[in-house]
Amino acid sequence: MQTAVSQTSPPKKSFLYDPKVRGIFYQVVLVAAIIFLFYVAATNAIENLQRAKIASGFGFLNNTAGFDISQTLIQFSAAGGTYGDAFIVGLLNTLIVSAIGIFFTTFLGFLIGISRLSKNWMVAKVAMVYVEVLRNIPLLVQLLFWYIAVLGALPQPRNSLEMGAGFYLNSRGLFMAKPLYASNISILLTVLAIGLVGTFVYRRWARKQQEQTGRQYPVGKVTLALVLGLPILTWIVLALVGANPISFELPRKGTFNLTGGMQILPEFVALLLGLVTYTAAFIAEVVRAGILAVSKGQTEAAGSLGLTPGQTLRLVVIPQAMRVIIPPLTSQYLNLTKNSSLAVAIGYPDLVQVFMGTVLNQTGQAIEVVVITMGVYLTISLLTSFIMNIYNRRVAIVER
Amino acid sequence: MSTAVDMPRFVRAKQVEALPPPNLARGPIAWVRQNLFSGPFNTILTLVVFYLLYVSVPPLLKFLIIDAVWTGSDRAACRADTGGSESGACWAFIWDKLNYFIYGSYTISERWRVNIFFALLAIGVVWLLWLRAPRRDLGAVYFFWIFPIVSYILLTGGNASFSGRFWAGFAILGALVIALFAFFAALLKTAMRPALIMAGAIVAVIGITLALIDVDFGLAHVPTSLWGGILVTLLVATVGIVVSLPFGILLALGRRSRLPIVRMASVIFIEFVRGVPLITVLIMANTMLPLFLPGDMTVDRLLRPLIGTALFASAYMAEVVRGGLQAMPKGQYEGAMSLGLNYPQMMTLIILPQALRIVIPGIVNTFIGLFKDTSLVAIVGIFDLVKTIEASRIDPNWAAPTIGITGYAFAALFYFIFCFGMSRYSLGVERRLAAGQKR
Repeated sequence: MQTAVSQTSPPKKSFLYDPKVRGIFYQVVLVAAIIFLFYVAATNAIENLQRAKIASGFGFLNNTAGFDISQTLIQFSAAGGTYGDAFIVGLLNTLIVSAIGIFFTTFLGFLIGISRLSKNWMVAKVAMVYVEVLRNIPLLVQLLFWYIAVLGALPQPRNSLEMGAGFYLNSRGLFMAKPLYASNISILLTVLAIGLVGTFVYRRWARKQQEQTGRQYPVGKVTLALVLGLPILTWIVLALVGANPISFELPRKGTFNLTGGMQILPEFVALLLGLVTYTAAFIAEVVRAGILAVSKGQTEAAGSLGLTPGQTLRLVVIPQAMRVIIPPLTSQYLNLTKNSSLAVAIGYPDLVQVFMGTVLNQTGQAIEVVVITMGVYLTISLLTSFIMNIYNRRVAIVER
Repeated sequence: MSTAVDMPRFVRAKQVEALPPPNLARGPIAWVRQNLFSGPFNTILTLVVFYLLYVSVPPLLKFLIIDAVWTGSDRAACRADTGGSESGACWAFIWDKLNYFIYGSYTISERWRVNIFFALLAIGVVWLLWLRAPRRDLGAVYFFWIFPIVSYILLTGGNASFSGRFWAGFAILGALVIALFAFFAALLKTAMRPALIMAGAIVAVIGITLALIDVDFGLAHVPTSLWGGILVTLLVATVGIVVSLPFGILLALGRRSRLPIVRMASVIFIEFVRGVPLITVLIMANTMLPLFLPGDMTVDRLLRPLIGTALFASAYMAEVVRGGLQAMPKGQYEGAMSLGLNYPQMMTLIILPQALRIVIPGIVNTFIGLFKDTSLVAIVGIFDLVKTIEASRIDPNWAAPTIGITGYAFAALFYFIFCFGMSRYSLGVERRLAAGQKR
């Protein structure tokens, strides 16, 4: 029997049946199609650009922009600023609204997410209504709504709302005290750095002590004292000596307008409000799912070990919930950053509004501008997901 | 020291009075006590929430309903200086502009065509989403082939009037495709019939599509520049879902493919699109698409954002479908292979029907996101619902202080009803699918 089988050699097959050959064939076709597509697009683009007499290349970044931007974190003027400067101004505006938005939305999102799990029926229901309403209305509609609600309800500059402590509110935005730094700010910064290094060293020491002897040291309090207390103490001492490193310039009320101080645009306020409240609804769901993902047995086991409810939350539930929460939380942060591009709808000068709007219209160099702008967002996204992958590998559960 | 009388007793000698029944263990008051006032912290929390509701809800209701202006034909009804009311929403404005919000500037005598489009869309959506609907395979053919053609003819008027040269070219191309299939069948020594049937079917589907677009049904042509409002909002969303589902499935299969170049191309496309905001994709489609086409070819203004949103949605859909493919147990793949099925058969007959079923909630959620994102086409100048509201808001006939807020409240309500409905549906499906998994 066996010899009979071995004697019949398998029928000669066409090499086209070889999966390897087929795979190579498919991929060659795909590559050819992609190259053809790019080739056609590129030749058409070159021809069209030449016909429209539009320059190409990135030289336009050094040309004078000739337009003003309403919010600039660096020095920028219509006369002297180049398109390259305008790009940096727009980028910084995007980054600052995203950073502040992420800070507030985390706070609000966690608050609402925890509220949804509250035993208090009222609190849970209100949080649920918040999430459902905010999640199901487009951000653009919310932004326009906030913009009109924020801008429309505010008075003219001459009858600004006075809120005390140097805060004024009117239709041109929020005015507040502007910090001015003296040259000896460096002392303060040095002290802050010392505090940070000290905290780091102390924390390592405390952990080592706990691992070796089981004794716990007050890490939180010492951190607070070193990072916040030390610089503030230095500041007070310096101020008493008469070398105050930080002073404040208050806005002064003129007949028609406010001068001095720091102005926060109403567009910024509207965008921030919209982004924070919208993203918070999504973060709330992430937080809720994360907390629910920690099985009840964990809480019960912690209780049977004699941990107090506070300790259970701090040492058992939160560390495990965070493992589930952090990846989707990061993607929500990325969403917020990407959604900040909706600023273009209400006129906040972010990257898209300044660069893909004004600069694109003035220079007509669509390809370069689009590539640069998308490159920025892509870099932010890829960088974040790269860091997230490293983090995930670190916190992933090591199975037996 | 102790006498018998003082001896401690371990058995009660006297009957104890019965305790009163537990006070309010059930009923509304007990519920309130348990759920709202169970401790000092909870009591404070409840009171704070009550206060917040007291501050926010009555004024909102007052603005939206009680003080609202329901009737009127121009701004006089909503302005204090002309005897109107300014303290409430101006629904008369919405009522007056409703046709504009639904159809945009679509030719008035032709609006019945838009209504039919809405009806056809509703039929398709119900057919596909209602899990117990009959013949959902036919529903898919309807939604992804017949419905788009009919809608195109209805909305634009059809009658593309292709030239004779175009048809000659198509005939040659069709013959070429059929010949190519026959050639490969001969080369691979497989049956000739299925190859010819397949090639014939592909050519026939494209041919019938083109012929239907070409036929003159006697419908007046309505240029896309006149379309607007809810019509455009639903159109962008529909095109997004009709294109993104098949394209997203292809991308997901590509990402899971064993062929390195196919996988890389899919990953690059998906990650690139997911890494940038939609608005940049829309602006790119708006400014760069005309550059990439030959100079004498123009792209319709409405078509550009349609392409942009369709590409954008495809990348997100691909990730959802990939989730479903990865959730399939390996045994399903191995079982299909051991039955001797080839890759297309394995995917279309075994894997995809199951994988797509478990990701229905994910698909619906992606669609909710897509539906909300359609509002962004307003930024690139397309007259969707948001843009029509923007345009009506500055109409001098309706210049009144509450117009803006009323308009956006209407838009918010519209989007909320649709998105909330869809999210409830996806929750329901999720629960049903989970019920099947329970043991």
